Amino acid sequence: MDTSALPILSLIIFSPIVGIALAGIFRDEGNGIPARIAALFSSGITFFLSLHLWFYFDSSTADLQMVERLPWITQFNIEYFLGLDGLNLFFFLIISFITPLALLGSWNVEKRNWQFQIQMLLLQIGMLGCFAAMDVVLFYVFFEVMLVPMYLLIGIWGGSNRLYATIKFFIYTMLGSLLMLISLLYTANIYLDLNGAWSFDVLDWYGMQIPPETQFWLFLGFAVAFAVKIPLFPLHTWLPDAHYEAPTAGSVQLAAVMLKFGPYGFLRFAMPIFPAAVFELTPVFMTLALIGIIYGGLVAMVQPQIKRLIAYSSVAHMGYIVLGLFALNIQGLSGSWIQMINHAIVTGALFLTVGMIYERTHTQEISEYGGVAHTMPKFAVFLVFFSMASVGLPGLNGFVGEVLTMIGAARVNIWYGILAASGVVIAAIYMLWMVQRVLFGPLTKDLVKNLKDFSLREVVVLVPLVFWTIFLGVYPQPFFERIEVSINHYIELVKSQEPRFAQTEAESSGLAKFLFWDLAE
Amino acid sequence: MSQIWLVPAFPLLGFILNAFFGKRFGTRFVTFIGPLAVGLAFAQSLVLFFQMLEIKGNVLNEHLYTWISSGNFEVGINFTVDQLSGLYLLVITGVGFLIHVYSVGYMKGESGYYRFFAYLNLFVFFMLLLVLGDSFLLMFVGWEGVGLCSYLLIGYYIEKDSAAEAAKKAFLFNRIGDFGVLSAVMLIFLAFGSIEFASVNAEAAARLEYGGPLVTAITLLLFLGATGKSAQIPLFVWLPDAMEGPTPVSALIHAATMVTAGLYMVARLSHLFVLAPFTMNVIAAVGAITALLAATIAVTQTDIKRVLAYSTVSQLGYMFLAMGVGAFGAGVFHVMTHAFFKALLFLGSGSVILAVHHEQDMRKMGALKNKLPITYITMLLGTLAISGIPFFSGFFSKDEILWKAFSSPFGSPWLWGVGFITAGLTAFYMFRMIYLTFHGESRVDSHTAEHVRESPFSMTLPLMILAVLAVISGFFGVPHVFHLLPNGMEVYFHNFFAKLPVEGHGSVSTEWLLMGLSVAFALIAWFIASRLYHSGFAVAAGLRRRWEWAYQLSLNKWYVDEIYNAVIIQPVRFLSTHLLWRLFDQNIIDRGVNTTAIVARAVGSTLRPLQNGLTQNYALIFILGTFLILWYVT
Repeated sequence: MDTSALPILSLIIFSPIVGIALAGIFRDEGNGIPARIAALFSSGITFFLSLHLWFYFDSSTADLQMVERLPWITQFNIEYFLGLDGLNLFFFLIISFITPLALLGSWNVEKRNWQFQIQMLLLQIGMLGCFAAMDVVLFYVFFEVMLVPMYLLIGIWGGSNRLYATIKFFIYTMLGSLLMLISLLYTANIYLDLNGAWSFDVLDWYGMQIPPETQFWLFLGFAVAFAVKIPLFPLHTWLPDAHYEAPTAGSVQLAAVMLKFGPYGFLRFAMPIFPAAVFELTPVFMTLALIGIIYGGLVAMVQPQIKRLIAYSSVAHMGYIVLGLFALNIQGLSGSWIQMINHAIVTGALFLTVGMIYERTHTQEISEYGGVAHTMPKFAVFLVFFSMASVGLPGLNGFVGEVLTMIGAARVNIWYGILAASGVVIAAIYMLWMVQRVLFGPLTKDLVKNLKDFSLREVVVLVPLVFWTIFLGVYPQPFFERIEVSINHYIELVKSQEPRFAQTEAESSGLAKFLFWDLAE
Repeated sequence: MSQIWLVPAFPLLGFILNAFFGKRFGTRFVTFIGPLAVGLAFAQSLVLFFQMLEIKGNVLNEHLYTWISSGNFEVGINFTVDQLSGLYLLVITGVGFLIHVYSVGYMKGESGYYRFFAYLNLFVFFMLLLVLGDSFLLMFVGWEGVGLCSYLLIGYYIEKDSAAEAAKKAFLFNRIGDFGVLSAVMLIFLAFGSIEFASVNAEAAARLEYGGPLVTAITLLLFLGATGKSAQIPLFVWLPDAMEGPTPVSALIHAATMVTAGLYMVARLSHLFVLAPFTMNVIAAVGAITALLAATIAVTQTDIKRVLAYSTVSQLGYMFLAMGVGAFGAGVFHVMTHAFFKALLFLGSGSVILAVHHEQDMRKMGALKNKLPITYITMLLGTLAISGIPFFSGFFSKDEILWKAFSSPFGSPWLWGVGFITAGLTAFYMFRMIYLTFHGESRVDSHTAEHVRESPFSMTLPLMILAVLAVISGFFGVPHVFHLLPNGMEVYFHNFFAKLPVEGHGSVSTEWLLMGLSVAFALIAWFIASRLYHSGFAVAAGLRRRWEWAYQLSLNKWYVDEIYNAVIIQPVRFLSTHLLWRLFDQNIIDRGVNTTAIVARAVGSTLRPLQNGLTQNYALIFILGTFLILWYVT
């Protein structure tokens, strides 16, 4: 069958409506089981639809594929414009892959169950749409829309201090969004001045001649919004609270997908538009990323609660991603992109694993545990496995991304690479220390003595994540093959507009200033 | 063709079978699969070894697939068998197989039997990957993988806090070393545009300035990695604690194979290391000092496995001393002989420990030689080997190192002197162990003493085979001055390692003299040990009282752990908790955010009637609002 005529992206994005409608019909009937099944079924449909993308994606071109363009707000030339390339392909896949797992993993949510399913599916629509949007306004709308279900997930199904976390999350993201909106409108206006017509097609915006001074401020406007999402040091303090209070599924979606809008937004919606600003600010962002790696790791080390610890570890991991992103070379960016997928899989898995034990004990305090491996050996295997992946054990996925981002950063300046490498030591400290305190040691606590090991459902949720953790660790080439052309295209887009990039590269490879000795001679 | 991949594939398959089906199919299945996997790997290694010897250039290569390719950064899953990895293959799979067989008896009846063999198979897989990989990154996969298995096996007895603590400590100290390796890999990629060993070795001299800062930095960072994995100063403290793991693990991982990975790396990159004389001096000095320091600790330990652990640290120091003076072949030679006699000694200690019902304290042993005759004789042979008594294996390899430490252009009388003293101490603490364990009066508690009996055949057979190897393997590298046999080691490694820029010095008569001195010293040390410990601790107690401060220093391992804790661990924890987290995150950033929140809440309270807490209403308002906006602007 010729499927090329179908609006496949829209089908995928809006397919969760099936589940929303069904859950709305079933409501609390049959103890909410039908609503749960409906949501799971619908996310399954989305997943199978998105598999189409994997098979029909053409990895030889950087052009947008499966494009859908419809006029939307005609007086401003705002369009309903969707497209796919190597930059967003895998985010589509990861969202549709992780949502069913998150739903199955939080099968036992009792409170307002059917509404929970609906919020999860609304969130899925928002996230999918945001990654597909190629029109700046459409992107902005989805960017905002997906926040609402997330606020609700935390605010309604969260822990005891959920309102504080929600408000904090809200303030941070709104601040960012507001600045982005201002920048966005200003940039659109510049486009109008230059070309005499409106356009919100992001591809049109690439290569605009904007004075460097203006670029700087406009870029910062976008950058704050994206940096909050990542979150980049020092805008990270909402994340530990949001994760700590969020229900398991919310944490999974937050960690696995939402944070990724930051780096993605940078590359798609900011860097090619403001290349001069990128050049100026590269050292700043790489430094902040490095601080995030080390700082996030150190603070993670002393967290008394498991989810906060993983949240801070996210700050560190996202540091690698930003480092690779701003390195703006093929190793850095490929590493950054695969690292986002890895982080989605591994941190998502960690939150699921930890959520499963939380369901049994209702405590996050590491000190309340100890010796869990005796009563929950299956849980122990999964926790150790995903912790090792998080630590970046070679052979598992995290390592590939870490090495490439470090190589990419080292090509800019060897010190960036070496400092980033120190993060691997810290990562081992906080993860293994947590694992030790939770799993090992004598069995003394009553709380732990009465634990029951994983059910089949819980194992089924985690096994696919184990599979991809290993697969991407030993054979990441299918991934690289599909993104390489697009990544190279975007590097070219940014660098070709700013001659100073070529100049500094010619002056020094990262080695030239190594250890204060001049080796270039 | 050569089918190199089969070698690691067997233990990997063994791991998978044991891990997933071991529990269900039971002990007999695991007993069959575990040793068989490694045995098959050994058979295939033998085939490859002889193929490699015959082929011109002595190198077998195999390309499986491209692992990572990003721009000009390309890493393949490629395996190489050459003189170095060929020898390592035989040691890993050969000794590994014997230890697997031994474990069948040793681990009998343990609840995690299948888990133990799964981990052990996985370890062998990663260790093989480490030596077969043709590039830094693939070696690093093995490097970290063996670290993981070491972590899992040290912490094997999960109910013990001390085991979990030791496991974590081992992994962390290794990770500090890994930081060095990763940094070095980045520098190498920038300098060479490749991270394959072959091209780095071939182009090192052309691309890097002799003694320049870059090559010095690269080699120092690599050496940092080596000190982690091979337990040298400053990262050695994890190895003694690693004795929390089951004894076969100590023999395989923490004596014969994994801990020699750091040496493997230095030997593998000899052409790079000889370009950095400063690093070579550092390696030799660190090796020598570690050897001496660990030996001074070993002389007072009462836990039989800890004596052997410090002995291992000390012997590894010896090997680094060899590397540092450019005697790569001698270092690898000692790796091999040490693998035999130290695995033997550990397995022997395991046999003793099992016989006295999991007691490791030598204060509760004694007079076991008649009850454990095979264990006693084999351990005695191992002790003769490690002490450098003439014509046992350790004599040849150790003597080669001491001679090179003296005569090599990177060597010096000082290095020789430190090695010489260490050799004496080694003989002393090893015979101390033998006397305290097997001779004198029995200090075993009477209830246990009735049940002491020699270990089963599955355990004594590996002991006997290893004992034979510990005795004869030295003849593989007989020094020239004997005019007995050609030095097999030199023939074998012909043209493999980098040549030193300058020739060595020293005459034949000096070599005879130094050899005589060290043999005499070892014999004297043996004699002293026999006088002091032939009947328990009583005689030595007087000596101990006179030198109480020195005794305490040695017994408490020079307080290195305490110093690390006070100088590094506590300050970092304090900084992270109070400065970064509480002060910065919570008091500076969050306070700003919270102020905003109070304002927001004030605004929010005026809109409260709209919030009735029902999600469907939120959703409805949200959807309606969206449509309203869309309708309005269109």
